[in-house]
Amino acid sequence: MMTTSTLDTRATVTRRTAAAAPRRARGRGLRVLWGVLGWAGSLTLFFPVAYMVLKSLQTEKVAASATPQFLFEPTLEHYAAAFGQGIWPYAINSFLVTAVSTLLVVALALPAAWALSVRAIANPQDSLFFFISTKMMPIAAGIIPVYIVATNLGWLNTVHVLVIMHLGMNLPLGIWMLRSFMQEIPREIIEAAQVDGAKTWRIGWSVVLPLMRPGIASTALLCAVFSWNEYFYAANLTSSTSTLPLYLQKFLSFGELYTAQVAAVATIVSIPVVIAGWFAQKSLVRGLLFGAVK
Amino acid sequence: MSTMTMTTVVAARPAMSRHEKWARRGPLLPALVFTLVLTQIPFAVTLFLSVQRWLLLDGSVPSFAGFQNYLGVFQDEVFWKSTGNTVVMTGGTTIACILLGLVLAFLLNQQFPGRGIARTLAITPFFVMPVAVTLFWKSAMFDPSFGLLGFFSRSLGLPGVNWLSEYPMAALVMLLTWRFVPFAMLILLAGLQSAPQDQLEAAQMDGAGPFRRFLSVILPHLRPFIELAALLLAMNLIQTFGEIAMLTAGGPAYGTTNITFYIYLKAFNAFDFGMASALGVVALILTIALILPMLRLLSGIFKTEGR
Repeated sequence: MMTTSTLDTRATVTRRTAAAAPRRARGRGLRVLWGVLGWAGSLTLFFPVAYMVLKSLQTEKVAASATPQFLFEPTLEHYAAAFGQGIWPYAINSFLVTAVSTLLVVALALPAAWALSVRAIANPQDSLFFFISTKMMPIAAGIIPVYIVATNLGWLNTVHVLVIMHLGMNLPLGIWMLRSFMQEIPREIIEAAQVDGAKTWRIGWSVVLPLMRPGIASTALLCAVFSWNEYFYAANLTSSTSTLPLYLQKFLSFGELYTAQVAAVATIVSIPVVIAGWFAQKSLVRGLLFGAVK
Repeated sequence: MSTMTMTTVVAARPAMSRHEKWARRGPLLPALVFTLVLTQIPFAVTLFLSVQRWLLLDGSVPSFAGFQNYLGVFQDEVFWKSTGNTVVMTGGTTIACILLGLVLAFLLNQQFPGRGIARTLAITPFFVMPVAVTLFWKSAMFDPSFGLLGFFSRSLGLPGVNWLSEYPMAALVMLLTWRFVPFAMLILLAGLQSAPQDQLEAAQMDGAGPFRRFLSVILPHLRPFIELAALLLAMNLIQTFGEIAMLTAGGPAYGTTNITFYIYLKAFNAFDFGMASALGVVALILTIALILPMLRLLSGIFKTEGR
């Protein structure tokens, strides 16, 4: 799917070298084996997620039985209960924080990526390493000053403080990813525009920006996933006005009696990011490599 | 090296004017200033607080304490224990993720029906909300009486294991590995897909078996991908917080408290801001010591990029 060309070459190679019939049979057997093992590996990883969805459709009584139940009468009561139990304020905050912080990441990272690739400053590597080095800093090492400042500004337990912290958390990633996408724009296109007499901002707006769309989309999706799932800042800087991970924290005290309810809420909050992740997976790999390995 | 690049730049075009330099820096400044303010100022404040005595509980105001907090950190058994836990948790999970990720990437790089769907399903654990799935694992997987792992061991006739009280660290590493294997797999799969086909063919014509081809062609090609995956994994895992808070709350007897979680306990449970700040500074130094050699590797990879 991703590397049809590579696979085609490999297929022809196999066809050419494995001319003898027994070898071809062995090749087919091997392919079946890899297929079975590949699916086994994939399903092992996916199983806990599937099991979670399954449990979310059981009654608490069925979910609490010692033997896992796979045949049961499904119920949606836990989904109904989740939406009845005040999930909405948390969900709205999660949407707000994710959307605003991701938008700001792109707004700040795009010009920065430009200054680190297309019209580069003197030593772009130094700045790039500064940005990535901030990700090495243990988040806990800076939390006390942030907590104190937030307290004094009256920002504790608000969504602004989360937006700011998420922006700081995702900005280095955004810059690295967008820069690596920008690096891949052929220089000839930009030079041709220059020859045509286009001003710098015009090149940025009408030449580079349209070409960057897929890169921006996958960067934004990944940042949104991280923002949506973020727990450390939410737990330490907010309590009642917070995001979904803190809504889930409530269930910690209920213990094992609410397995099915937890499963339903966990499924609801995971659906948006899982779908985003599935859509982003192709360009995600490119982004994750940061253009560092070719 | 730097002088060389300088001369080539100068040769290519006349030195940038002051105006041009600032025009180029301009677009970078908002992001740079924001990151500087958000990361460097808190760190400076942490450094300041780390030499203060400041317990929020007795209502005291910060007062200079010299290196008392640092002394306290190094004499604190729990600090050493949490450092050890951080190493075990980060190292164990990173190694497990790389090994399993390699196997999975190899399998998902083969041609078989439904490969695209198999890949998509395999990466799902990386996206689901960590806090949510951790809570779910806690009751539906690890619980000794109705968790799935307990059911498996019972059906094999083994005694039931209470994972969270008997093997809490193993349980955490298992959960973290499950979450991060897809991440390692994605990077390693990209490495396998870009493996040099011509060299593989040449090796095959020279009569090299699959094992030999893997060792002398694929593995050297994969090395930077493995290094990058390990670096990114370690960077993420060293900060583990939510999984610990949900699964074990750092226990039993600080058995699963890593440094991040210990700072949190000191700051927001004991409200000892001075000590917590000193811990933060020490954690930063330890992190740099641990990650810097790996970052060098990355910068090596990065420099060979060419452009």
